[in-house]
Amino acid sequence: MAKRNEPAGIPAPLGVASAAGAARLWPNFYDIAIFVLIAGVFAAVAHGARGMVAPAAWLASDPVTLDPANLPDYALRTTLRMFAAIAASLLFTFVVATLAAKSRRAELVILPALDILQSVPVLGFLTFTVVFFVGLFPQSQLGAECAAIFAIFTSQAWNMAFSFYQSLRTVPPDLDEASRHFRLSPWLRFWRLEVPFAAPGLIWNTMMSMSGGWFFVVASEAITVGDTTIKLPGIGSWLALAIAERNVPAVLMAVATMGAVILAYDQLLFRPIVAWADKFRFEQTAAQQRPRSWVYNLWRRGRLTQRLTMLASSLYARLYAVVPRRAPTPQSVAPVSAGRAADMVWLAVVLVLVGWALWRITLFVDQTLSFHDVAEAIGLGFLTLLRVAVLIALASLVWVPIGVWIGLRPAIATRVQPVAQFLAAFPANVLFPIAVVAIVSWKLDPDIWLSPLMVLGTQWYILFNVIAGASAFPTDMREVATLFRLRSWQWWRKVIIPGILPYYVTGALTASGGSWNASIVAEVASWGDTRLEAAGLGAYIAQATEAGDFPRVVLGIAVMSIMVVACNRLIWRPLYRLAEKRFRLN
Amino acid sequence: MDTNLNARSLSPTSSPLVVVDGVRQRYPKGSGESLLVLDGISLKLGTNEIVSLLGRSGCGKSSLLRIIAGLLPASEGKVSIAGRPVAGPANDVAMVFQTFALFPWLTVQENVEIGLEAQGIAPAERHRRALAAIDLIGLDGYESAYPKELSGGMRQRVGLARALVVHPKLLLMDEPFSALDVLTAETLRTDLLDLWGEGRMPISSILLVTHNIEEAVLMSDRILVFSSNPGRLVAEIPVTLPQPRNRLDPTFRQLVDDIYALMTARPAGKTSGAFAGSGISMLLPHLSPNLLAGFLEAVAGEPYRGRADLPALAGTLQMEIDDLFPIAETLQLLRLAELAEGDIRLTEAGRRFVDLDSDDRKRLFAQHLLAYVPLAGHIKRVLDERGAHRAPASRFRDELEDHMSEQFADQTLQAVTSWGRYAEAFAYDEATGVFSLDNPV
Ligand SMILES: Nc1ncnc2c1ncn2[C@@H]1O[C@H](COP(=O)(O)OP(=O)(O)OP(=O)(O)O)[C@@H](O)[C@H]1O
Ligand SMILES: [Mg+2]
Repeated sequence: MAKRNEPAGIPAPLGVASAAGAARLWPNFYDIAIFVLIAGVFAAVAHGARGMVAPAAWLASDPVTLDPANLPDYALRTTLRMFAAIAASLLFTFVVATLAAKSRRAELVILPALDILQSVPVLGFLTFTVVFFVGLFPQSQLGAECAAIFAIFTSQAWNMAFSFYQSLRTVPPDLDEASRHFRLSPWLRFWRLEVPFAAPGLIWNTMMSMSGGWFFVVASEAITVGDTTIKLPGIGSWLALAIAERNVPAVLMAVATMGAVILAYDQLLFRPIVAWADKFRFEQTAAQQRPRSWVYNLWRRGRLTQRLTMLASSLYARLYAVVPRRAPTPQSVAPVSAGRAADMVWLAVVLVLVGWALWRITLFVDQTLSFHDVAEAIGLGFLTLLRVAVLIALASLVWVPIGVWIGLRPAIATRVQPVAQFLAAFPANVLFPIAVVAIVSWKLDPDIWLSPLMVLGTQWYILFNVIAGASAFPTDMREVATLFRLRSWQWWRKVIIPGILPYYVTGALTASGGSWNASIVAEVASWGDTRLEAAGLGAYIAQATEAGDFPRVVLGIAVMSIMVVACNRLIWRPLYRLAEKRFRLN
Repeated sequence: MDTNLNARSLSPTSSPLVVVDGVRQRYPKGSGESLLVLDGISLKLGTNEIVSLLGRSGCGKSSLLRIIAGLLPASEGKVSIAGRPVAGPANDVAMVFQTFALFPWLTVQENVEIGLEAQGIAPAERHRRALAAIDLIGLDGYESAYPKELSGGMRQRVGLARALVVHPKLLLMDEPFSALDVLTAETLRTDLLDLWGEGRMPISSILLVTHNIEEAVLMSDRILVFSSNPGRLVAEIPVTLPQPRNRLDPTFRQLVDDIYALMTARPAGKTSGAFAGSGISMLLPHLSPNLLAGFLEAVAGEPYRGRADLPALAGTLQMEIDDLFPIAETLQLLRLAELAEGDIRLTEAGRRFVDLDSDDRKRLFAQHLLAYVPLAGHIKRVLDERGAHRAPASRFRDELEDHMSEQFADQTLQAVTSWGRYAEAFAYDEATGVFSLDNPV
C-alpha cells in the first residue's frame, strides 16, 4: 500500500491521497508560482462572470468607452466568452459525436449535418441568433452574451466533433477487444478507452478551434441587426468604437492587448495541455521529441500541484464510478429484418422533417425574393469566389517556398512554428482598421484592396502546415535528391511538392474556408463616416444583416454554403485523396 | 485423419471445463459469398491441463480462441464453459493478447486493475489484488510505469497479470510470445511454466495458440493440430514428457520432427499441393524471388547438401514455420524442391538452379513458373494472344475474386507479378496497372 505516495495518479481514496505524508505539504517555490497564477485566473473569472448576468439596462447606463483602464477588463470579458464557447463545444462534441459513432441511424444524419455546418458562414448566423437570444432574455445582458457565445460555438464545434467521431471509429481493434473482454461498461469504456484515445486529436482540434474563435468573438461583440445595436463590453466593441471615432491610438491599443491575450493563452494553456496530452499518444514507443512547456514543468515539479493532480485523477476515477455498472453487453446479433423496418421508419421521419423544412424555407423566401435576387447573389458569389481563389493562390506562391525553406531547417522551424500558430490565432479583424486607413488616405480601389483582408488571418494555416510537411520529409529522400543533383525546378516538382501536398491541401482548405467566412467582415469596412465596400457575397450578407433583411441574409448564407461545399467536394477533397494515395511517404 | 478426441483425451475428467461442439466460422468474402475459416471443430478441455492449438497462419486459431472467449459469435455450433453456454465475454475466462493490448495512457497498476474496476470491486480490494498479481508476475517496482517505458517482455507480463488478477478458471493465450525476441520469450515461458507447476496461478487450465512447434511441445500436455483452408482439427498429440522439458532430449526432438512431418504432409485428395484453391485461382504467398533463391542455396550448401530436416533448417535460418512453410511449398509448387516426412529435398532442377549464373537462373525459373504456376501461364497466354500484348491487371483480379477475397486476390496477383518480373516472362506497369510483354530495359 506504500504505492499511494507515487505521483502517477493511481486513483486512491480521497482521504488517503491528501493525508499521506502531511509533513511535505509545505509548499515549495513552484507551488507558490503556480498558485499566484491560479489565484489571478480565479479572481478574474469571478469578476467577469458577475458582469455577464447584469441586467441589460446596465449596458445602456455604462456603455463601452475608450478608457485604457477598461481595456484589461474588456480583454477578460472577451476571453471568458471564448472559454464559455469552448466548454459548450466540448459538451456538444461528447454528446453528438458519440451518438454518431454508436448509432448507425444517428450517424446517417449527423455526419452530413456536421459537414455542411462546417461550411456555413458563421457570421451570417449572427442575425438570427442575436434576435433569438435577446428575445429569450429580454431583461438582461445574458441574451446578447449567449448570442456572441453561440457565434463562437458555431465556429468551433464541428471540427471537434468530427475529430472525436473519427477517433471513436478508429479505436485500435486490440484495445477494443481487451475492453470488451474485460467487460468494461459503456460508461467506463468511454472514459478509460475512448476519451483518452481521442484526446490528442481532440485537443489539437480544440486548439485550432480556439485560434479560429478569436476572430469571431471580436466580430460578434458589436453588432447591429436592423434597429437593435448591441455592444457587449469586450475588445470587439472597443474596436468598433475606436473605428467610429477614428481613434488610431485606441486601435493600436486593441492590437497590443489582443497580442498579449493570445500570447498568454498560448503559454498558459495551449502548450501545457499539449505537453500533458503527449501521454495519450497511441504509439507504444517513446517519442524522441516531446512537446515541452515551462508552465507544465512548473506544475509537475511543485509538490502541492502534484497532490492536485492526484486529486484530479481520483475525481476522474469517481466520475465513472458514480454510474452503476451495467450488465456486460454480449455481442449483439440483431435480427436483420427488424433492423430494416426500423431503418425505413427512421428514413421516413428524416424525410418528413426535411420536407417540412423545405416548405418553411420556400414560404419564407418566396414572399420577398424573386429569381432576380437569386441570380444577383450567385453572381456576387462568383466575385467572392474569384477573390478567394486568387488570394489563396497568391498566398500559396508566397508561403509554400518560405514554409519549405523553414521546414527543411529544423532549428529554424522549431522557432518559427509557434509564431505561425500565434499569427493564425490572432484575430485579423483587429488589424482591419489600419488597412482601411491606408486605403482611404491613398484613395485605393476598395474592390481590389479590401480583398487581401480576407486572407490576412487565414494565410498562416498554409504556412504552418507546409512547415509541418517539410519537417516531416524524410532526410534520406532529401539526400538522394541532392545526390542526383536534381535541377531546382525538378526538385520542386518531383521531390518536395509531392512530399508536402497532403499538408498543403489541409492548410489551403482551412485557409479558404476561413477566407469565405472573413469576406462577410472584410468586404465592408468603415472608418468613422467613410464606408468602403467591395462587390461580393460577403458584402451582400453584411448589408442584409445591417438592414435586418432576413430573406436576403438566408439567401446569401445559402449561396455561400453551397459554394464552399462545392469547392470542398470538387477541389480540395479529390486533391487530398490524390495526395494521400499517390504521394504518401510511409 | 480426424481423431476421436473423447477416446484419446489424456486427462478425462468427469466434467470438462470447456466443450466446443461442431463450431464453424465463416467470414463474408468480397462477392457476397462467405469464406469458411473453421469447419466442424469439436474439442474438450479438462481441468489442470495446458493445451496448445497449433496451426499455420490463417487457419483460424485466433478465431476459435475469440469464439471461446465470447468475443465473437460462432456462425454455427456451441461452446460452453463450466457447463454454461458462452454468450458474450464471461467472468471465468481471461485472455492474454499477442499485441499485449495494454492501454498506453494507464500505468501498469491501472492496466492490471481494469478488469476488477469493470467488475465494480472496491478500490482498496482492487489495489491489493493488483499488487499481488504484479508481484507474482515479477513486476514489482514498476507499478507506476507506463507501458511505453517497458520492454516487450515486461509488457506481456503486465498482460498476464491483468488476466490473472480476475481469477479466471481458464486462461486463453493468443501467441503470447510471438512478438518477443527469442531470449525474452524463453524466459517468460519458463517463468510461466514454473508458476503453473507450483500451482501459484489461480487458474485451472490454459489454452495456448501458437504456430511454433517447439513452443507447443515445450509447454503443453496436449497439442491440437489444425489444417488450413478451412481450419480443421487433424490430430491430437499428447505430450507425456515430464516438466521441465529439455529441447535437446531425443524424445523431444522426435516429437518435433513428427509434427513437422504431419504439418507438411499433403492433404489427401488435393491435387494442387499445399495451397488453397486450384488452377489459376490458387492462393499464392507473396515471396520475393531472391528469398526463394537464397533458400535454395541454403539447402544446397553445407551441411545439408540438397536435403534438410525442416526443424534443423528452421533453427539455422532462424525462421518460424509461418515463414518456412510457404517458401518450401512454393518451391515444391515450382518443382524445384520436394517435401516429405518433415524433410525438404532439392529436385534435379533445384540443384541445377543453384549452380547457374543469374541470367540462366531467370530462364530456368521462367520455364518452371509458366509450366507449374497456372496463373502465370494464364497471364502469359493472354498476353501472347492479344495483338498489342497488353492486358489490364483488373481483368485477372476479377477472375481471382470470383474465388477468393479481395485481399487474397491482391496478394496472389502481387506474388505472380513479382515472379513474372524476375523471370522476365512479362512486365507490369504499376502506374497504369497493365501487364505487357515489353521487356523492361
Ligand atoms: N473479421 C474478419 N473478417 C474477414 N476475414 C477474417 C476476419 N478475421 C479473420 N479473417 C480471416 O480468417 C482467417 C483466419 O484468421 P485467424 O486470425 O483466426 O487465423 P490465425 O490462425 O489466428 O492466423 P495467425 O497465425 O495469422 O494469427 C484468415 O484468413 C483471416 O484473413
Ligand atoms: Mg492469430
